[in-house]
Amino acid sequence: MSAIEIARDVRAGSRSARDVVEEHLATIAGREAELHAFNLVLADSALAQADEVDRRVAAGEDPGPLAGVPVALKDNLCTRGVPTTCSSRMLEGWRPPYDATVVTRLREAGAVVVGKTNMDEFAMGSSTENSAFGPTRNPHDTSRVPGGSSGGSAAAVAAGFAALALGSDTGGSIRQPAALCGVVGVKPTYGLVSRYGLVAFASSLDQIGPLAGSVADAALALEVIAGHDRADSTSIPHAAPTLSGLLERGVDGLRIGVVRELVEGIDPDVGTRLSKAAAALEAAGAKVDEASVPAVTVGLSAYYVLATAEASSNLARYDGVRYGLRVDGDDVGAMYGATRAAGFGAEVKRRIMLGTYALSAGYYDAYYGQAQRVRTLILADFEAAYGSYDLLLAPTAPTTAFALGAKTADPLAMYLSDVCTIPSNMAGHPAISVPYGRGDDGLPVGVQLLAPALGEATMFRAAAALERSLVP
Amino acid sequence: MSLISRDDVAHVARLARLGVTEEELDRFAEQLAAVLEHAADLATLDTAGVPPTAHPFSLVNVLRDDVVGRSLDRDEVLAMAPAVEDGRFRVPRILGDAP
Repeated sequence: MSAIEIARDVRAGSRSARDVVEEHLATIAGREAELHAFNLVLADSALAQADEVDRRVAAGEDPGPLAGVPVALKDNLCTRGVPTTCSSRMLEGWRPPYDATVVTRLREAGAVVVGKTNMDEFAMGSSTENSAFGPTRNPHDTSRVPGGSSGGSAAAVAAGFAALALGSDTGGSIRQPAALCGVVGVKPTYGLVSRYGLVAFASSLDQIGPLAGSVADAALALEVIAGHDRADSTSIPHAAPTLSGLLERGVDGLRIGVVRELVEGIDPDVGTRLSKAAAALEAAGAKVDEASVPAVTVGLSAYYVLATAEASSNLARYDGVRYGLRVDGDDVGAMYGATRAAGFGAEVKRRIMLGTYALSAGYYDAYYGQAQRVRTLILADFEAAYGSYDLLLAPTAPTTAFALGAKTADPLAMYLSDVCTIPSNMAGHPAISVPYGRGDDGLPVGVQLLAPALGEATMFRAAAALERSLVP
Repeated sequence: MSLISRDDVAHVARLARLGVTEEELDRFAEQLAAVLEHAADLATLDTAGVPPTAHPFSLVNVLRDDVVGRSLDRDEVLAMAPAVEDGRFRVPRILGDAP
């Protein structure tokens, strides 16, 4: 049942929120041990929230557009009094003293939080295997990864554990797992959704967004969480966009370019589905041809310099002083070193090291400075492309879901999973991954629509048209 | 010759306040070199005259009115700290010998 249908029925009083939540908790109980989508299932508080929604309906009040909708939250979104671990030993047991703005907005819209989802530690990874609490498995094939870093959120939606989930996307961490798990995933324009209460990884790239079973559900979720927030200095001073009413408008006359540089080197399974998506958009009335955005080919390198540099600075706060793990030492320096050695996993350490190196004397300009200039080139190339196109089309990930363990020994191979999603983060632009059938291997394939800054309305229209083209 | 030596790794680990084992020094030297080698494609681009982008949008910093507002509850925050004393975070000695 979709989020829209649940909210409609609960608001109308034809179904209780408690019934909806109990059904989802039963689904979780049936398969969570196998999938490990959650770090924490919040059964009791979810039922209490559901009862409150039902009480308001009974009293003649409107609980909001997400009344009774079960949502799963990535475990890097702060929830007051409820453990928020980032799947790291460093924050195990930490209970934030405040809610993230997106959590407040979901609750005010009547949504019910059913759990905190597993992720790559501090959102660093593309498979959810970097969790300190063990990997999440792909609901479509449990020998495969769900993607990452929001792999728990994607698996939770794909398995029917929640109608909606929130993730965070720094280099593809919403869209890539959405593609690998066969659900919709959205990275909104940078600044459209408040990051207040999102544990920071790379602040100039991080953005919160929804994962959902349909484009319409994702649109509704984004309408609820978007909009200006005084608590986030990078929040764009705009109201939330209106999306839901536009989804039927179609793509007639839209100019859509398939990004040539992002198609090179992808698996045939993905390429075949991407061609079908392009043909479907054309059949729906769009003008589709090949576009070129040359600078995206160096996006991966620039990203892994900028993101790790920002991470090395952001993660300096985990020092054993104010919260989280402390390992004692003779003096404060020894305490820092021992705490961070014990609290961080291998990938987080690797990225802190890489970022610290890129920012260190003698290398700063060659790596960090150059990556920032390359970021300007990427923005300029996108700007040029959007002179000729309304939207761009690309694969979301170069492959379908890979086997657990396939890339854990080779960090660079893992980083390459993000090659198609990183450019949008570098530019601050929105992008949406839409499931578009399955490959010959039987696994879901996602295709990605990219739009210029604040181009969500057009992007969602085309995403909805793509989704409709799959219905026989 | 590797792009990054064991000594480089040890130096960077000190800068990052990160305790590393002998085995990690070797592993990081190898893995960081592989990533940096891939990142060498950045150096091949001509970026003369290209300004850096630190942030996707140039928003102006927002200042709130200077009025007293609600803040986080001190006891709730301190309850999550590893060690506290007299309403403050307690840490091991920072300079010199312990008294």
